[in-house]
Amino acid sequence: MSDTVAADVAHALSGHHEEAGFWRTYVFSLDHKMIGRQFLFLGLLMLMIGGMLAMMVRWELAWPETAVPGFSWIPEPYMYGGVIPPQTYNALFTMHATIMIFFVVMPIMVGCFGNFLIPLMIGTRDMAFPKLNMLSFWVGAVAGVVMLSSFFVPGGPAAAGWTGYAPLSARPQYTGVDWGQNLWIISLLILGASSLMGSINYITTIVNMRAPGMTYFRMPLTVWSLFITAILLLLALPVLTAALAMLLFDRSFGTNFFIPEGGGEPLLWQHMFWFFGHPEVYILVLPAMGVTSDLLSTFSRKPIFGYHAMAFSMIAIAFLSWIVWGHHMFVSGMNPLLGTAFMMTTMVIAIPSAIKVFNWLGTLWGGSIRFTAPMLFALGFVSNFLIGGLSGIFMASTPVDIYIHDSYYIVAHFHYVVAGIIFALFAAVYYWFPKMFGRMMNQPLAKIHFFLTYIFFNLTFFPMHFLGVGGHMRRIYNPTQYEFLLPLQHWNVFITVSAFCLGAAQIFFLVNFFWSLFSGKKAERNPWQANTLEWTAASPPPHGNFEVQPVVYRGPYEYSSPEVKEDWLPQNRDLGTGTAARSH
Amino acid sequence: MLRWLPVDVSTFGREIDSLFYLIYYITGATFILVTVLMILFLVIYRQKDGRRATYSHGNTTLEIIWTIIPAAILVVLSFMSVSTWAKVKRFAPESDFEIQVTAKQFNWEVVYPGADRKFGTSDDVQFDNDIHVPVNKVVRVHLGSKDVIHSFFLPNLRLRQDAVPGRNILVWFEATKPGKYEIACSQLCGFGHSGMIGWLYVDTPEEYAKWAAEKLSAKPQ
Repeated sequence: MSDTVAADVAHALSGHHEEAGFWRTYVFSLDHKMIGRQFLFLGLLMLMIGGMLAMMVRWELAWPETAVPGFSWIPEPYMYGGVIPPQTYNALFTMHATIMIFFVVMPIMVGCFGNFLIPLMIGTRDMAFPKLNMLSFWVGAVAGVVMLSSFFVPGGPAAAGWTGYAPLSARPQYTGVDWGQNLWIISLLILGASSLMGSINYITTIVNMRAPGMTYFRMPLTVWSLFITAILLLLALPVLTAALAMLLFDRSFGTNFFIPEGGGEPLLWQHMFWFFGHPEVYILVLPAMGVTSDLLSTFSRKPIFGYHAMAFSMIAIAFLSWIVWGHHMFVSGMNPLLGTAFMMTTMVIAIPSAIKVFNWLGTLWGGSIRFTAPMLFALGFVSNFLIGGLSGIFMASTPVDIYIHDSYYIVAHFHYVVAGIIFALFAAVYYWFPKMFGRMMNQPLAKIHFFLTYIFFNLTFFPMHFLGVGGHMRRIYNPTQYEFLLPLQHWNVFITVSAFCLGAAQIFFLVNFFWSLFSGKKAERNPWQANTLEWTAASPPPHGNFEVQPVVYRGPYEYSSPEVKEDWLPQNRDLGTGTAARSH
Repeated sequence: MLRWLPVDVSTFGREIDSLFYLIYYITGATFILVTVLMILFLVIYRQKDGRRATYSHGNTTLEIIWTIIPAAILVVLSFMSVSTWAKVKRFAPESDFEIQVTAKQFNWEVVYPGADRKFGTSDDVQFDNDIHVPVNKVVRVHLGSKDVIHSFFLPNLRLRQDAVPGRNILVWFEATKPGKYEIACSQLCGFGHSGMIGWLYVDTPEEYAKWAAEKLSAKPQ
């Protein structure tokens, strides 16, 4: 195998060196690294839009039915002199969640880092199917355009929540949204095709194109996490696609899959949605766990604690994620006996998550910890995931869920898990930026960004637990309409002010990112003294990635190994006979 | 944190709250343990000149310990939850006090069966958004919806159940303290979702009898 791969690399290197034009280099590129960067820019643009929507939601909750400063120009009926009406409020949180999940976390964690890192980390020249890869990005971009275009159709964008529960979403008269909801469905159908193409590509590449010596259990955990994510995507998304198609048929062609008047079943939507939706949560969080594992090991200068436990716990999470969807439906009217069964499986899936946290702690133990910006963000992810994971146990218990279901307790929980991914996302950007763009980001600015983000993230999301305990429902337009919520209103104001600060803190990232892109210090090949293969390539790597085909002799986490003087030992360094056969 | 819990006035609320407290203490202790260890490790094992990190790939005994202990706690929590769940959702006690609550955009229609104790007859009495019940009496609610999914949420009774169109779902509660308690919709149901408020009046037996005499039986046939 090594001969053919080496020949292919040689061919790729010579074949691609002819100058490609602007369009082939930056727009319709077949290079996995350029496609990765394209996903990054798509995701960052959408992050700004999704963030702005969240700020408007927060304004409404803190100071209900007052004018949002600076928004009086938006025409009626979308806003009334800057005051958000209920219909627009519903659209705001629907689009906030849809954009953040499908157009920020997925494009960046899976699209960008999956594309950029998989070939580099397993030591190959590109993805298995470069054209499919390019298509995956452009189909995804079209989905984004369709989603954003729904802001400009009469009736405004979808307003049935990101979960789109039928029959609310199944008939235009229930929400007053006609084309907005259709475009939401169509956009997610298109995005499903994009993700499917990406996942097939990732799986094929990882199975077939690993460098000589790169056994499965020598792969970095980032690659493991993306591998499992791709399998989940491949199997989960078709279910969402089917559900979305049925919903579109109910809306447009008179079918009654989800409408009881015509013999349909509203809960069928929930079963299908969450059968996709729960694996989706792990699609979002697994790559963040993989990245965090790699960064904790690198910056503790110590092998990851329990490599096999980490890999197998991700596999366990992947399997279990198929049989826990019912915990979203404890009070939906589903048979309560099923609720008991889903409680058991949900409690079980907490175990591999706990194993991961303990192994991260074990990795820190005895290390020689360097507090770089990526390390701080990785630690921030662990800290948030700990809170988000523990708060999940409350809602796993069916009786407790009766009380906290659909409350701000849930909002707090999933923001600690899913919005917490932003910490792994920033960690990954700060860590791989030198490899992606050939320049270093500014470390002091990045650390200021970390501390502000960490503080305001917790000040924003932790008090949401208090609201939830007080009974505060999610998705309500005006909490001051409820007598029992009035004593809690000061928390809404506190959360909103913190959220604004959290949003403002991101300016440090934007400035640092764009300044470093053009004027950052030139990066060397291996600025972090890391072991994995991407750091043996140039920064940024050329087409074809490696000058010589890397051969792998050991696992990715041989930090502070007694075999060498320095505290890192790259996967491809040949120490002579004997080492090639070792599994770590 | 749990001081924000609204006053509990239901028979099963105490069981739900005590599970809430139990999980709160368990997760709180875990949070403190992990966070303290993490901070300690970050301080103790920060980079120092001349010290090399410990070269270790893990420890199987530790892996087994930290798999089994959480597993045991979670399994016990599940079994502790089963009986309360069954009590609230699976086995509604018998009662001769039955009402129908039908959700629609954006109101709660409350129907009392009248003297014949049957729904759908001419002596049914309907109210919008107000429910009157006597204290210490099991109330069986037949919950339905006319359009989209709503959720019948009574924070003080620790009761929540989605109202699904096309289904008749039986829920029950027994209020233990007279008073006026808010009913909220907790499932997004359209632009009027917020403010889909009802009131539960828990009356003393005398008050209830007076109200029933006035509003339920005095209705002209």
